[in-house]
Amino acid sequence: MNSLLLQLIQDALVVLIAPLLLGWVNQCRAWLQNRSGAGVLQPYRNLIKLFHKDAVLANNASPLFRATPYILFASMWLAASLVPVIATDLPLSQAVDVIALVGIFALARVFISLAAMDVGTSFGTMGARREMLVGFLAEPALLMVFFTAATISHSTSLVTIVETLAHKQFVIYPSLAFAAIAFVMVMLAENARIPVDNPATHLELTMIHEAMILEYSARHLALIEWASALKLLAYFTIACALFMPWGIAEVGNLAALPVALLALFIKLLLGGAGLALLETVTAKMRIFRVPEFMGTAFLLAVLGMLIHFLLGS
Amino acid sequence: MLNFAGQLINLFAAMLLLISFAMLSQRRVLSLINLFALQGLVLAVSTTVVAYSSNQHHLYYSAGLTLLLKVLVLPWILHRLIRKLNVKWDVETMFNIPTTMLVGIVLVVFAFNLAAPISQMAGTITRGTLGIAMACVLLSFLMMITRSKAVPQVIGFLAMENGLFFAATSTSYGMPMVVELGIALDVLIGMFILGIFFFQIRETFDSLDLKHMEKLKED
Repeated sequence: MNSLLLQLIQDALVVLIAPLLLGWVNQCRAWLQNRSGAGVLQPYRNLIKLFHKDAVLANNASPLFRATPYILFASMWLAASLVPVIATDLPLSQAVDVIALVGIFALARVFISLAAMDVGTSFGTMGARREMLVGFLAEPALLMVFFTAATISHSTSLVTIVETLAHKQFVIYPSLAFAAIAFVMVMLAENARIPVDNPATHLELTMIHEAMILEYSARHLALIEWASALKLLAYFTIACALFMPWGIAEVGNLAALPVALLALFIKLLLGGAGLALLETVTAKMRIFRVPEFMGTAFLLAVLGMLIHFLLGS
Repeated sequence: MLNFAGQLINLFAAMLLLISFAMLSQRRVLSLINLFALQGLVLAVSTTVVAYSSNQHHLYYSAGLTLLLKVLVLPWILHRLIRKLNVKWDVETMFNIPTTMLVGIVLVVFAFNLAAPISQMAGTITRGTLGIAMACVLLSFLMMITRSKAVPQVIGFLAMENGLFFAATSTSYGMPMVVELGIALDVLIGMFILGIFFFQIRETFDSLDLKHMEKLKED
C-alpha cells in the first residue's frame, strides 16, 4: 500500500516539476548570457497559453499525427516515473529494467519521427532524418552506460543499481566516471541541447527537434513541450540515480522522504545550473560532426565497461 | 577491495587511457602537444603514488625525471618547433575518426586479453594496470600509423614511450635507474635529431607530409 502511494506521489511530482526544471535551466542560461530571463515559471505559462488555443491540423494529417503527442507524453511520463527519484520502493520500477527504459525512449522517438514525416513537409522529414541519425548513435551509448552500472551491481533493475551504489562504502569507480561523461554526452544529444541541437532556435539549417514539431499547435504542441521537459527530467533523475544516488529513501523508510526530496531538489538545482553552464560555454557543432560526438560517447561507455572488467572496480 | 592508493592508481591508469584516446582523435597539433604534456603529468603523479604506496624510493626519482622531461622540456621543445616550422594547422587523419576510435577499442580489448595472464603472475599493487599500459602503447602505435604529418607521428612515438614506462612501473615497480636515465637521454636526443629532421624534410619537400617521402623509392 505504501509503495503504491509512493508511486503515485512520484508520478505527480515528476509531471509537475518537469517544466520547473526546464524553466530553471533556461533562467540559468539567461543569467549566464547577461539577460534577465523570463523567470523559472515561464514554461508553465507557455503550457497554459498553448492549452487555451485552438488546434490547427494539416488537411492531410493522419490519425497517427493526432495520436503522437499523447503517445509521446505518456511514454515520457512513464519513463520519468520509472526512475527511482525519492524512494527505491516503487512497484513500477520492479516491473521494468533499464533496457525497457531505453525501449520506451526509442518508442517515443519512432512515433515523433513518423508524425514529423506524416504531413509531408520537407522540414518535418529533414528533422526526422536528423533525429534518427542522432538517435541510432545515442542509443547504443546509452545502453553501454547502463551496462557499466549493471555490471557493478549485477542487475539491470534500476532499483537494485541504486540500492547497491548508494549503500556501498565510498569507492572510486573509474568505470563509472567514464560512464558519467558518456551519459552527459548522450543526454545533450537526446534532449536537443546545445552542442548537438539548439532548443531555442528556429533556424532551418540547424534545428533537429524543432523541425519535427513545426506542424503542431495548441494542445498537441503543449503536450510535446511537456513531454520534452519530462524527458529532460527523466535523464536528470537517471543521472542522479546512477552517479549520485545519495540521500534516496530506502524501502519502508518513510521518515527519510523529506530528506530525499530535499536532496533531489538540490541535485536538480546543481544539475540544471551545470547544464546551462555547459550549454553556454560550448558552441553548436556541425550536424556532420554529431556522429563523431556520439561515437566518442559510445567509446567512453565501452571503455568504462572494459576498465571495469580489467580493474574489477 | 583495494585500498585508497590502489584505487587512485586505477583512476590514473584510466585517465592515461582516456588521454591516449583523446590524442588519437585530436586534429590540432597544438592540442596534441598539450595532451602529451598532460599525459606526462598523470604518469608522474601515478608513479609518485606507486612509489609512496610501495615504499620504492627510486620511483620518486623516476617520477621527478618524468615531470621534468615529459611535462616541461619535451612539450617546450615541441612548442618551439611548431612555432618555428609554422605548423599550427589542422592535422588530417588518414581514416575518419569514428573508425579510428573503433579500431582503438578493438586494440584495447586485445591488450587487456593479452595482459590478463601476465598480470596474474605479477605481485605488485598495480598489476591490474598492465593491460591499460599495453593498450596505451598500442594506441600510440595506431596514432603513428594513422597520421601522415611528421610532428604528430613523433608525438605518437613519445606517447608510446610513456606507455612503456607505465608498463614497467605496473609490472615490476620500474626499471633500474641506469636504464631509465639512458632511455630519458635517448628520448631527449631523439627529439633533437627529429627536430633537425623536420627542417630537412620541409626544406626538401616544402611540407611535413610524409606521403611525399614515398616518391623517394625507385620504380
